[in-house]
Amino acid sequence: MRSVEVTGKTVEDAISNALEQLGVGRDDVEIEVLEEPNKGFLGLIGHKDARVKVTEKENPAKICFDFLKETCRLMGINVEIEYSQDADGYLKFNINADNPGLLIGRRGETLDSLQYLTNLVVNKKVKDKCKIILDTEGYREKREKTLINLANRLSEKVKKYKRNVVLEPMAPHERRIIHTALQMDPQVKTYSEGEEPHRKVVIAFKNNNR
Amino acid sequence: MKDLVEYIAKSLVDNPEAVEVTQIEGEKSLILELKVASEDMGKVIGKQGRIAKAIRTVVKAAAAREGRKVVVEIL
Repeated sequence: MRSVEVTGKTVEDAISNALEQLGVGRDDVEIEVLEEPNKGFLGLIGHKDARVKVTEKENPAKICFDFLKETCRLMGINVEIEYSQDADGYLKFNINADNPGLLIGRRGETLDSLQYLTNLVVNKKVKDKCKIILDTEGYREKREKTLINLANRLSEKVKKYKRNVVLEPMAPHERRIIHTALQMDPQVKTYSEGEEPHRKVVIAFKNNNR
Repeated sequence: MKDLVEYIAKSLVDNPEAVEVTQIEGEKSLILELKVASEDMGKVIGKQGRIAKAIRTVVKAAAAREGRKVVVEIL
Protein backbone atom coordinates (compact mmCIF):
# COMPACT_ATOMS: atom_id res chain seq x y z
CA MET A 1 0.00 0.00 0.00
CA ARG A 2 1.52 3.34 -1.01
CA SER A 3 1.28 6.26 1.31
CA VAL A 4 2.79 9.76 1.42
CA GLU A 5 3.00 12.60 3.91
CA VAL A 6 2.86 15.98 2.27
CA THR A 7 2.75 19.60 3.40
CA GLY A 8 1.07 22.60 1.80
CA LYS A 9 -0.15 26.11 2.56
CA THR A 10 -3.67 24.82 3.05
CA VAL A 11 -5.09 21.35 3.55
CA GLU A 12 -6.37 21.44 -0.03
CA ASP A 13 -2.94 22.34 -1.37
CA ALA A 14 -1.35 19.52 0.54
CA ILE A 15 -3.89 16.99 -0.76
CA SER A 16 -3.48 18.02 -4.36
CA ASN A 17 0.31 17.81 -3.97
CA ALA A 18 -0.04 14.33 -2.58
CA LEU A 19 -2.37 13.17 -5.37
CA GLU A 20 0.10 14.47 -7.91
CA GLN A 21 2.92 12.57 -6.23
CA LEU A 22 0.94 9.33 -6.17
CA GLY A 23 -0.47 9.93 -9.62
CA VAL A 24 -3.98 8.91 -8.62
CA GLY A 25 -7.42 10.49 -8.33
CA ARG A 26 -9.13 11.70 -5.20
CA ASP A 27 -11.52 8.73 -5.09
CA ASP A 28 -8.64 6.28 -4.90
CA VAL A 29 -7.19 7.50 -1.62
CA GLU A 30 -7.86 7.89 2.07
CA ILE A 31 -6.91 11.24 3.55
CA GLU A 32 -5.84 11.92 7.08
CA VAL A 33 -5.12 15.48 8.21
CA LEU A 34 -2.13 15.42 10.54
CA GLU A 35 -1.81 19.14 11.12
CA GLU A 36 -4.11 22.06 10.38
CA PRO A 37 -2.30 25.04 8.89
CA ASN A 38 -1.60 28.03 11.11
CA LYS A 39 -1.12 31.45 9.59
CA GLY A 40 0.81 32.60 12.64
CA PHE A 41 0.92 36.11 14.05
CA LEU A 42 0.54 38.58 11.17
CA GLY A 43 1.72 35.82 8.90
CA LEU A 44 5.20 36.16 10.30
CA ILE A 45 5.69 34.22 13.48
CA GLY A 46 4.55 30.69 14.22
CA HIS A 47 3.55 30.04 10.66
CA LYS A 48 2.80 26.38 10.03
CA ASP A 49 1.94 24.49 6.87
CA ALA A 50 -0.83 21.94 6.68
CA ARG A 51 0.35 18.36 6.80
CA VAL A 52 -1.69 15.46 5.46
CA LYS A 53 -1.19 11.78 5.09
CA VAL A 54 -2.62 10.34 1.88
CA THR A 55 -2.87 6.61 1.46
CA GLU A 56 -3.79 4.84 -1.71
CA LYS A 57 -6.86 2.66 -1.24
CA GLU A 58 -6.59 -1.00 -2.05
CA ASN A 59 -8.56 -1.36 -5.20
CA PRO A 60 -9.46 -5.00 -5.92
CA ALA A 61 -9.84 -4.42 -9.64
CA LYS A 62 -6.43 -2.78 -9.83
CA ILE A 63 -4.73 -5.58 -7.88
CA CYS A 64 -6.22 -8.16 -10.25
CA PHE A 65 -5.36 -6.13 -13.27
CA ASP A 66 -1.73 -5.72 -12.24
CA PHE A 67 -1.38 -9.38 -11.25
CA LEU A 68 -2.88 -10.63 -14.50
CA LYS A 69 -0.91 -8.26 -16.65
CA GLU A 70 2.41 -9.18 -15.05
CA THR A 71 1.67 -12.91 -14.96
CA CYS A 72 0.72 -12.97 -18.64
CA ARG A 73 3.79 -10.92 -19.52
CA LEU A 74 6.00 -13.43 -17.70
CA MET A 75 4.17 -16.27 -19.45
CA GLY A 76 5.18 -14.66 -22.71
CA ILE A 77 1.62 -13.97 -23.82
CA ASN A 78 0.66 -10.60 -25.24
CA VAL A 79 -2.63 -9.62 -23.69
CA GLU A 80 -5.11 -6.86 -23.44
CA ILE A 81 -7.26 -6.93 -20.35
CA GLU A 82 -10.72 -5.39 -20.06
CA TYR A 83 -12.47 -5.03 -16.78
CA SER A 84 -16.21 -5.01 -16.27
CA GLN A 85 -18.08 -5.20 -13.01
CA ASP A 86 -20.81 -7.78 -13.04
CA ALA A 87 -24.22 -7.24 -11.49
CA ASP A 88 -23.74 -9.83 -8.75
CA GLY A 89 -20.64 -8.11 -7.46
CA TYR A 90 -18.33 -10.35 -9.42
CA LEU A 91 -15.29 -8.74 -10.93
CA LYS A 92 -15.11 -9.87 -14.50
CA PHE A 93 -12.03 -9.64 -16.63
CA ASN A 94 -11.87 -10.32 -20.29
CA ILE A 95 -8.42 -11.19 -21.53
CA ASN A 96 -7.71 -10.82 -25.21
CA ALA A 97 -4.59 -12.70 -26.14
CA ASP A 98 -2.75 -13.25 -29.40
CA ASN A 99 -2.77 -16.92 -28.47
CA PRO A 100 -6.05 -17.64 -26.64
CA GLY A 101 -5.66 -21.41 -26.82
CA LEU A 102 -2.59 -21.23 -24.65
CA LEU A 103 -4.37 -19.13 -22.09
CA ILE A 104 -7.42 -21.38 -21.95
CA GLY A 105 -5.66 -24.73 -21.83
CA ARG A 106 -7.23 -28.15 -21.94
CA ARG A 107 -10.92 -27.76 -20.99
CA GLY A 108 -10.16 -24.35 -19.55
CA GLU A 109 -7.59 -25.70 -17.13
CA THR A 110 -5.14 -22.82 -17.49
CA LEU A 111 -7.81 -20.15 -17.40
CA ASP A 112 -9.34 -21.72 -14.28
CA SER A 113 -5.93 -21.93 -12.59
CA LEU A 114 -5.19 -18.32 -13.38
CA GLN A 115 -8.62 -17.35 -12.09
CA TYR A 116 -8.05 -19.29 -8.87
CA LEU A 117 -4.65 -17.67 -8.29
CA THR A 118 -6.03 -14.19 -9.00
CA ASN A 119 -8.81 -14.80 -6.46
CA LEU A 120 -6.23 -15.79 -3.85
CA VAL A 121 -3.98 -12.81 -4.51
CA VAL A 122 -6.74 -10.23 -4.35
CA ASN A 123 -8.48 -11.70 -1.31
CA LYS A 124 -5.19 -11.75 0.56
CA LYS A 125 -4.87 -7.98 0.15
CA VAL A 126 -8.48 -6.79 0.32
CA LYS A 127 -10.67 -6.99 3.40
CA ASP A 128 -14.02 -7.40 1.64
CA LYS A 129 -14.22 -10.74 -0.09
CA CYS A 130 -14.56 -10.44 -3.81
CA LYS A 131 -14.91 -12.96 -6.56
CA ILE A 132 -13.08 -12.80 -9.84
CA ILE A 133 -14.10 -14.33 -13.12
CA LEU A 134 -11.71 -14.53 -16.04
CA ASP A 135 -12.83 -14.97 -19.58
CA THR A 136 -11.17 -14.90 -22.93
CA GLU A 137 -12.77 -14.61 -26.35
CA GLY A 138 -16.18 -15.63 -24.99
CA TYR A 139 -14.81 -18.97 -23.82
CA ARG A 140 -17.04 -19.23 -20.74
CA GLU A 141 -20.20 -18.69 -22.75
CA LYS A 142 -19.13 -21.22 -25.36
CA ARG A 143 -18.28 -23.76 -22.70
CA GLU A 144 -21.63 -23.20 -21.00
CA LYS A 145 -23.44 -23.96 -24.26
CA THR A 146 -21.34 -27.08 -24.76
CA LEU A 147 -22.15 -28.28 -21.27
CA ILE A 148 -25.87 -27.65 -21.66
CA ASN A 149 -25.82 -29.60 -24.94
CA LEU A 150 -23.94 -32.40 -23.26
CA ALA A 151 -26.42 -32.46 -20.38
CA ASN A 152 -29.40 -32.66 -22.73
CA ARG A 153 -27.82 -35.35 -24.85
CA LEU A 154 -26.91 -37.47 -21.87
CA SER A 155 -30.29 -37.07 -20.23
CA GLU A 156 -31.91 -38.48 -23.39
CA LYS A 157 -29.62 -41.46 -23.10
CA VAL A 158 -30.54 -41.89 -19.43
CA LYS A 159 -34.24 -41.88 -20.29
CA LYS A 160 -33.77 -44.29 -23.15
CA TYR A 161 -31.73 -46.89 -21.31
CA LYS A 162 -32.97 -46.11 -17.80
CA ARG A 163 -29.44 -46.18 -16.55
CA ASN A 164 -27.35 -43.60 -14.69
CA VAL A 165 -24.64 -41.68 -16.46
CA VAL A 166 -21.58 -40.42 -14.60
CA LEU A 167 -19.83 -37.42 -16.12
CA GLU A 168 -16.13 -36.72 -15.93
CA PRO A 169 -14.80 -34.65 -12.99
CA MET A 170 -15.64 -30.95 -13.28
CA ALA A 171 -15.13 -27.68 -11.46
CA PRO A 172 -18.00 -26.49 -9.21
CA HIS A 173 -19.29 -23.82 -11.62
CA GLU A 174 -19.36 -26.32 -14.47
CA ARG A 175 -21.26 -28.86 -12.39
CA ARG A 176 -23.76 -26.17 -11.50
CA ILE A 177 -24.43 -25.55 -15.18
CA ILE A 178 -25.32 -29.24 -15.63
CA HIS A 179 -27.56 -29.31 -12.55
CA THR A 180 -29.38 -26.16 -13.64
CA ALA A 181 -29.83 -27.40 -17.19
CA LEU A 182 -31.63 -30.56 -16.03
CA GLN A 183 -33.41 -29.14 -13.00
CA MET A 184 -36.76 -28.86 -14.79
CA ASP A 185 -36.65 -32.29 -16.36
CA PRO A 186 -39.16 -34.49 -14.49
CA GLN A 187 -37.68 -37.74 -15.73
CA VAL A 188 -34.13 -37.34 -14.48
CA LYS A 189 -32.41 -36.09 -11.35
CA THR A 190 -28.83 -34.95 -10.90
CA TYR A 191 -26.42 -35.10 -7.99
CA SER A 192 -22.68 -34.94 -7.45
CA GLU A 193 -20.46 -37.56 -5.96
CA GLY A 194 -16.78 -37.88 -5.03
CA GLU A 195 -14.42 -35.43 -3.40
CA GLU A 196 -13.07 -32.20 -4.85
CA PRO A 197 -11.28 -31.85 -7.19
CA HIS A 198 -12.65 -35.09 -8.62
CA ARG A 199 -16.30 -34.47 -7.94
CA LYS A 200 -18.52 -35.54 -10.79
CA VAL A 201 -22.13 -35.12 -11.76
CA VAL A 202 -24.40 -38.14 -11.99
CA ILE A 203 -27.50 -38.01 -14.15
CA ALA A 204 -29.95 -40.56 -12.78
CA PHE A 205 -33.23 -41.91 -14.09
CA LYS A 206 -36.23 -40.95 -12.01
CA ASN A 207 -38.88 -43.62 -11.94
CA ASN A 208 -42.25 -41.88 -11.54
CA ASN A 209 -44.44 -44.98 -11.88
CA ARG A 210 -43.28 -46.71 -8.77
CA MET B 1 10.02 -19.24 -16.43
CA LYS B 2 11.90 -18.70 -13.18
CA ASP B 3 10.56 -15.15 -12.94
CA LEU B 4 7.01 -16.38 -13.46
CA VAL B 5 7.16 -18.84 -10.56
CA GLU B 6 8.86 -16.24 -8.39
CA TYR B 7 6.26 -13.58 -9.18
CA ILE B 8 3.28 -15.84 -8.51
CA ALA B 9 4.80 -17.16 -5.28
CA LYS B 10 5.64 -13.66 -4.05
CA SER B 11 2.08 -12.53 -4.72
CA LEU B 12 0.67 -15.37 -2.61
CA VAL B 13 2.87 -15.44 0.50
CA ASP B 14 3.17 -13.22 3.55
CA ASN B 15 6.97 -13.13 3.40
CA PRO B 16 7.89 -12.32 -0.19
CA GLU B 17 11.55 -11.76 0.79
CA ALA B 18 11.85 -15.42 1.72
CA VAL B 19 10.78 -16.65 -1.72
CA GLU B 20 13.60 -18.30 -3.60
CA VAL B 21 13.53 -20.10 -6.92
CA THR B 22 16.45 -22.18 -8.14
CA GLN B 23 16.67 -23.24 -11.73
CA ILE B 24 18.16 -26.59 -12.71
CA GLU B 25 18.54 -27.07 -16.45
CA GLY B 26 18.19 -30.52 -17.93
CA GLU B 27 18.45 -31.48 -21.57
CA LYS B 28 14.79 -31.23 -22.40
CA SER B 29 13.32 -30.30 -19.09
CA LEU B 30 13.75 -27.55 -16.61
CA ILE B 31 13.36 -28.02 -12.89
CA LEU B 32 12.35 -25.06 -10.77
CA GLU B 33 12.74 -25.45 -7.05
CA LEU B 34 10.55 -23.12 -5.08
CA LYS B 35 11.47 -22.29 -1.51
CA VAL B 36 9.28 -20.21 0.79
CA ALA B 37 9.24 -19.45 4.51
CA SER B 38 7.97 -22.47 6.45
CA GLU B 39 4.86 -20.62 7.63
CA ASP B 40 4.04 -19.81 4.00
CA MET B 41 4.13 -23.42 2.80
CA GLY B 42 0.36 -23.67 2.98
CA LYS B 43 0.01 -20.56 0.84
CA VAL B 44 1.79 -22.14 -2.13
CA ILE B 45 0.52 -25.68 -1.67
CA GLY B 46 -3.09 -25.21 -0.59
CA LYS B 47 -5.71 -27.70 0.43
CA GLN B 48 -4.92 -30.99 -1.30
CA GLY B 49 -2.25 -29.21 -3.30
CA ARG B 50 -4.78 -27.09 -5.12
CA ILE B 51 -2.61 -23.97 -5.26
CA ALA B 52 0.50 -25.94 -6.22
CA LYS B 53 -1.50 -27.53 -9.01
CA ALA B 54 -2.70 -24.14 -10.27
CA ILE B 55 0.87 -22.79 -10.28
CA ARG B 56 2.08 -25.85 -12.18
CA THR B 57 -0.73 -25.53 -14.73
CA VAL B 58 0.09 -21.90 -15.45
CA VAL B 59 3.82 -22.63 -15.72
CA LYS B 60 3.14 -25.62 -17.94
CA ALA B 61 1.14 -23.44 -20.32
CA ALA B 62 3.95 -20.90 -20.49
CA ALA B 63 6.49 -23.66 -21.08
CA ALA B 64 4.40 -25.30 -23.80
CA ARG B 65 4.85 -22.19 -25.91
CA GLU B 66 8.58 -22.84 -25.88
CA GLY B 67 8.05 -26.57 -26.31
CA ARG B 68 9.76 -27.37 -23.05
CA LYS B 69 8.92 -29.45 -20.06
CA VAL B 70 9.01 -27.65 -16.75
CA VAL B 71 8.77 -29.25 -13.34
CA VAL B 72 7.96 -27.10 -10.33
CA GLU B 73 9.13 -28.61 -7.06
CA ILE B 74 8.18 -27.12 -3.75
CA LEU B 75 10.82 -27.62 -1.08
